[in-house]
Amino acid sequence: MVTKTPAAGASGIDQRRERRRRLLIHVGLIGFGLVMLYPLLWMVSSSVKPTAEIFSDPGLIPETFVPGNYTEGWTALQYPFHHYIWNSLIVVAGSIAGNLLACSMAAYAFARLEFKGKRLFFSIMLMTIMLPIHVVIVPQYILFANLDWINTYYPLIVPKLLATDAFFIFLMVQFIRGLPRDLDEAARIDGCGHVRIFLRIVLPLSMPALATTAIFTFIWTWNDFFSQLIFLTDPEMYTVPIALRTFVDSQSQTSWGPLFAMSAIALGPIFGFFLAGQRYLVRGIATTGIK
Amino acid sequence: MGATRELADPEDEAPPPAAEAPKRRSRSLSGSGNDSLAAYLFLAPWFAGLVFITVGPILASLYFSFTDYSLIGGAEWVGLENYTRMLTDDRLHSALGVTFVYVFVSVPLQLAMALALAMVLDRGVRGLAIYRSVYYLPSLLGSSVAIAILWRRVFGADGLINQVLAFFGVEGVGWVSHPDYALSTLIVLNVWTFGAPMVIFLAGLRQIPRMYYEAAAVDGATRMRRFFSVTVPLLTPIIFFNLVLQMIQAFQTFTQAFVVSSGTGGPSDSTLFYTLYLYQTGFGSFDMGYASAMAWLLLVIIAGFTAVNFLASKYWVFYGD
Repeated sequence: MVTKTPAAGASGIDQRRERRRRLLIHVGLIGFGLVMLYPLLWMVSSSVKPTAEIFSDPGLIPETFVPGNYTEGWTALQYPFHHYIWNSLIVVAGSIAGNLLACSMAAYAFARLEFKGKRLFFSIMLMTIMLPIHVVIVPQYILFANLDWINTYYPLIVPKLLATDAFFIFLMVQFIRGLPRDLDEAARIDGCGHVRIFLRIVLPLSMPALATTAIFTFIWTWNDFFSQLIFLTDPEMYTVPIALRTFVDSQSQTSWGPLFAMSAIALGPIFGFFLAGQRYLVRGIATTGIK
Repeated sequence: MGATRELADPEDEAPPPAAEAPKRRSRSLSGSGNDSLAAYLFLAPWFAGLVFITVGPILASLYFSFTDYSLIGGAEWVGLENYTRMLTDDRLHSALGVTFVYVFVSVPLQLAMALALAMVLDRGVRGLAIYRSVYYLPSLLGSSVAIAILWRRVFGADGLINQVLAFFGVEGVGWVSHPDYALSTLIVLNVWTFGAPMVIFLAGLRQIPRMYYEAAAVDGATRMRRFFSVTVPLLTPIIFFNLVLQMIQAFQTFTQAFVVSSGTGGPSDSTLFYTLYLYQTGFGSFDMGYASAMAWLLLVIIAGFTAVNFLASKYWVFYGD
């Protein structure tokens, strides 16, 4: 990985210069990283500051420590905040289950089975990855309104059960193609049907791809705003992003502390998944594509 | 959603092998006669989704775009009226302008930043994994409501930026509430999420064989020369990939503009993104016919720019070997 200039290592002076150059690079990278992360750190610090201090002190160490922002924010809306967290978790859990099940089934068919129209369907599937949701949202709304599904979680979860997040189909197709076929063929000779091959062989071996799918689905669904905003209008059904949006629009200048406290809570799970799931996120890049 | 999507996206590069796969093992074992039936069963949920959630709605919205429909009562056929209305709709023109400025300013800046950082990190810097994570984190958070709220505060009249400016004796303005600057704060937000394309650039840089650089160095090429004559040409496929992806995503930006402007697209429509205007039309005034027409225009615009990107790529993207 190390790019050595031809001169490096030739003499002590060059070595010292090289070391200084490296040090400068690190100083630059760390400084830049701090600037990038500063708004996030400032938000967390502001979540325990009195509101007046948020407006006067750009520093990170609160002069007065106000953990009460959290309890105040928790109860500031019509329902306590855990109500919205729970709602978000329902949507997230349904979406993850749907994506894992439906996308892996479709991926198995595309990666392992022969059927008429495979090429055509595969390219249609690839095209739907790029389709903006805004193009289909109006008729979807009309459809779901006719089914009386507005203000339920069906419009958010049922599409996942129908494998509409084609990106994950593609991810799993790529992964399953990389698995050795010998195992499936041995199982076939032993008389296994496709369902058993899929459940007993392909799925257990696809754990890394399933983990990547679950993590991304969690993060995207937890963050999703557009469709939740459209399909959920009853405060009882609100998820975290919609609740936050109501909070920011209803609040007066005095409640920024509690608002930041709830925003920090909303970002917490993503940060947690980011830390815990890094291995899978990075492997997603390492094992695939770019040649 | 937003920028997180690209992390695993390099796989999109792979369709060609995918398309060839069917040929290889078509009749490997006796059981394969049942394949078709099994395949359709495994694909059943996907087919249902394709018909009811994707293709059906696309066709339906084409139909609705020729109607006047407010959800109550039936859709009334009005021919091209919605499309002719677009020609004289000033807010639509302004929304298109805002969106184009956003796409064409923020995407190049974001990619330049991503490439620059990837170049620095690719030089065998110690602790690469840590830097990569730190720079990538904003991409995961960038499209959330919480970050949009934070942005509103950071760039507010008495927000973080102005507090820092005041420290240097400069008096700032209320960035998010000033029609001249509000859009810039959202551009900054998009540039802030450069981590995702950076990760893809890093993966691409690793694929460039070191010997090219060594050969160039032996021939006496300067660092600058090596960058423009080795790195850039070999990286053009990745630049292209990132460009297409980020442009498509930038065209769909919604959350940030919605939260920063409380859903109005203000001040003075300066953050009225196309998607936000579409939302107001469809779900604020329930003008479903016009909203459908707008959705189709968006589809045509995105498809058009993607097509232009692909056509233009013949002249600048270098697929070696």
